[in-house]
Amino acid sequence: MGYGSFRGGVHPFRGKGITKEKAISEYLPQGELVYPLSQHIGAPAKAAVAVGDEVLAGQILGEADGFISAGVISSVSGHVRSIERRMLADGVISDSVIVENDREYRPAPGIGKLRDPKEMTKEEIRTAIKNAGIVGLGGAGFPTHVKLTPGDDGAIDYVIVNAVECEPYLTGNYRLMLEDPEGILKGLQVILRLFEKAKGVIAIEDDKPEAVRRMKAAAEEHRVQKASIEVCALKTKYPQGAERNLIFSITGRKLNSKKLPKDAGCIVCNAATVHAVGQAVCEGQPLMSRVITVTGDGIANPGNFLVRVGTSCRELIEAAGGFTCEPKKVIAGGPMMGMALTVPDVPVTKTSSALLVFQKDPVAQVKKGSCIRCGRCVKVCPCRLAPLKMWQACKHYNYELFQKLYGMECYECGSCTYVCSARLPLTQSFKQARMMISGIRAKAGKEAGETG
Amino acid sequence: MRELWNVSSSPHVRAWDGTRNLMLDVVLALMPAAAFGIYRFGIYSLCVLVTAVGFALLTEYTYEACVGKESTLWDGSALVTGLLLGMNLPPFVPLWIPMLGSIFAILAVKQLFGGIGQNVVNPAMAARCFLLISFADQMNRYSGADGMSGATPLEILKNGGTADTAAMFTGFTTGSIGEISTLALLAGGIYLLVKRVIDWVIPIVYLGTFALFIVLFGGRGADPGYLAAQLCGGGLMIGAWFMATDYTTSPVTEKGRVLYALFLGILTGIFRLWGASAGGVSYAIVTADLLVPLIEKITIPKPFGWEGQKDG
Repeated sequence: MGYGSFRGGVHPFRGKGITKEKAISEYLPQGELVYPLSQHIGAPAKAAVAVGDEVLAGQILGEADGFISAGVISSVSGHVRSIERRMLADGVISDSVIVENDREYRPAPGIGKLRDPKEMTKEEIRTAIKNAGIVGLGGAGFPTHVKLTPGDDGAIDYVIVNAVECEPYLTGNYRLMLEDPEGILKGLQVILRLFEKAKGVIAIEDDKPEAVRRMKAAAEEHRVQKASIEVCALKTKYPQGAERNLIFSITGRKLNSKKLPKDAGCIVCNAATVHAVGQAVCEGQPLMSRVITVTGDGIANPGNFLVRVGTSCRELIEAAGGFTCEPKKVIAGGPMMGMALTVPDVPVTKTSSALLVFQKDPVAQVKKGSCIRCGRCVKVCPCRLAPLKMWQACKHYNYELFQKLYGMECYECGSCTYVCSARLPLTQSFKQARMMISGIRAKAGKEAGETG
Repeated sequence: MRELWNVSSSPHVRAWDGTRNLMLDVVLALMPAAAFGIYRFGIYSLCVLVTAVGFALLTEYTYEACVGKESTLWDGSALVTGLLLGMNLPPFVPLWIPMLGSIFAILAVKQLFGGIGQNVVNPAMAARCFLLISFADQMNRYSGADGMSGATPLEILKNGGTADTAAMFTGFTTGSIGEISTLALLAGGIYLLVKRVIDWVIPIVYLGTFALFIVLFGGRGADPGYLAAQLCGGGLMIGAWFMATDYTTSPVTEKGRVLYALFLGILTGIFRLWGASAGGVSYAIVTADLLVPLIEKITIPKPFGWEGQKDG
């Protein structure tokens, strides 16, 4: 078993108090909906509709194209206005299906059909998840049906529900645990049916005792039904929810970047993803909406919203009462790993977890100094790297040295930049180096493939 | 036109404390010992401290202005260097000693190597060694005009005498301005530990190794009086808590810090027992600082998930 924690990590201001007590409220979109065909890891989906087509809520707009890909589902009924390129929150421009909402939400045939997972084969369960267009809702967006097909089902002994939510300000998973613990357990039961030897673990940070209590109570009922489910309260620190660290905290097993969770006998899914799996398999509801936290000191009525995928972030901001004043910074996602937005005209995608609006940008006022070798970055790095040495390598564009220092192990959590005494943009330079190196490697691989 | 939103790469938050906060914490932690020194030796020792600090700041400012570098006067590092150097000087040195020492520390040891974070050895310690070698006479004169006792406890010990350990602990003894009161230095050290400016590894391993070395080779076995006098005497306490923990010149790796402190303990023991002078902390620290790049190279940890594996 694990230790409930890992070496390293930081304690940024949590900021969760703003929306912790705000119940999830549903928001129905008013304007057009934008469905990027690439809002997951892997090949973009192939458009399955044409301009002018009538679409229904739950209908497939984009088909998964290839093994690692995911379908895109319409979250409203209406008609396809156009298929064009649109910018997403992370700055990527993706082909997108634009749907004019008729506000009737007429469901596609077969949507809402109740099913009993106990009477479904593994194949049927996986197909149902695939058809529902579910991807990792925590932010990575890895197609869930692929994750749940590790090859050898018997080799998996832990199914971990990641409800850690270690990013500051985010409360979506927390509210989901309080308001629908049954829904999460239903999803977990479905996944456990795929892995007969596995034990279910729900991982929560220990500063959310109410969530731990609710999930424990719900799990207790399932235990009566002989399911092996445990609720694990982990030490509160960032990045406790990072996959490799989470697996270590729970099982004591260590993985490096070249391994997958399945190599340690684990499957890790975000709580929202597990919830979506339950909805898709048991209730025939594909992934049409998700919970998003809209918060920060620049928003009038912060809260947690159940939002249809495709809704414009601009609408969402208005739904939360609009800005209190002209904001300085708006972030899609959490403050540690999220993306700063230039404009609010980006759609909510499957992986959007939060929209943070701040009156001030503390980073803009930061003045960069020189490294004093205080070693705090080394101390907090959850990958046990030496960021200050990697920084030197990046500064001289010495990517060979960067790789020698295991720079490719970095998963860009931002802890080193957070603690840096000299306020150096460490993570930022690592991102650049990692992107360059990945590019070089991909090119080399391609050339090797062509000649060999 | 509407103001544009700020864009930057994540993370979008920073810890509140930066270099300046850390440096000011060190200054604050040094205050009890500095104040006690002034109380013990009088107003002249304050002049020594002020001169050391003043010239450290002046050198930093002048050099950076001359070469057109952005001024780092306000990061507090020159303040710490000046203060540490002043506190490591005998109380009645002529004022040109701290002047020269500070100029040497900032100019030769720090700035010529590239400024903050780039120096190879601790500037204050290097400057003290420089002064000790060049001006042995002035640097070893601990008696003042008021007829205060001349020999330091360590000199008495070295010549076979016994020292009043209680006086050495509280600080009613002879020595450099800031090194005499073990109590005040410990208070500062504990403050730095509590504020997490330093971690316990270097001071504790250093003091522990040194104590063990003295027990083994000091010729008096585990004589508690002798051991206590060795621990409280000279620059050991200020060295262990404030100099050896200097960020720039100590290893950043956990194992490296242990190794570095072990070296320090052994070197200090060797210099104290068999060296020419009674002290030895300054030389030990400067020597160990030179080993830091090597220590770091061999102690850099394997990343998470790579332990025990060869391939990168």
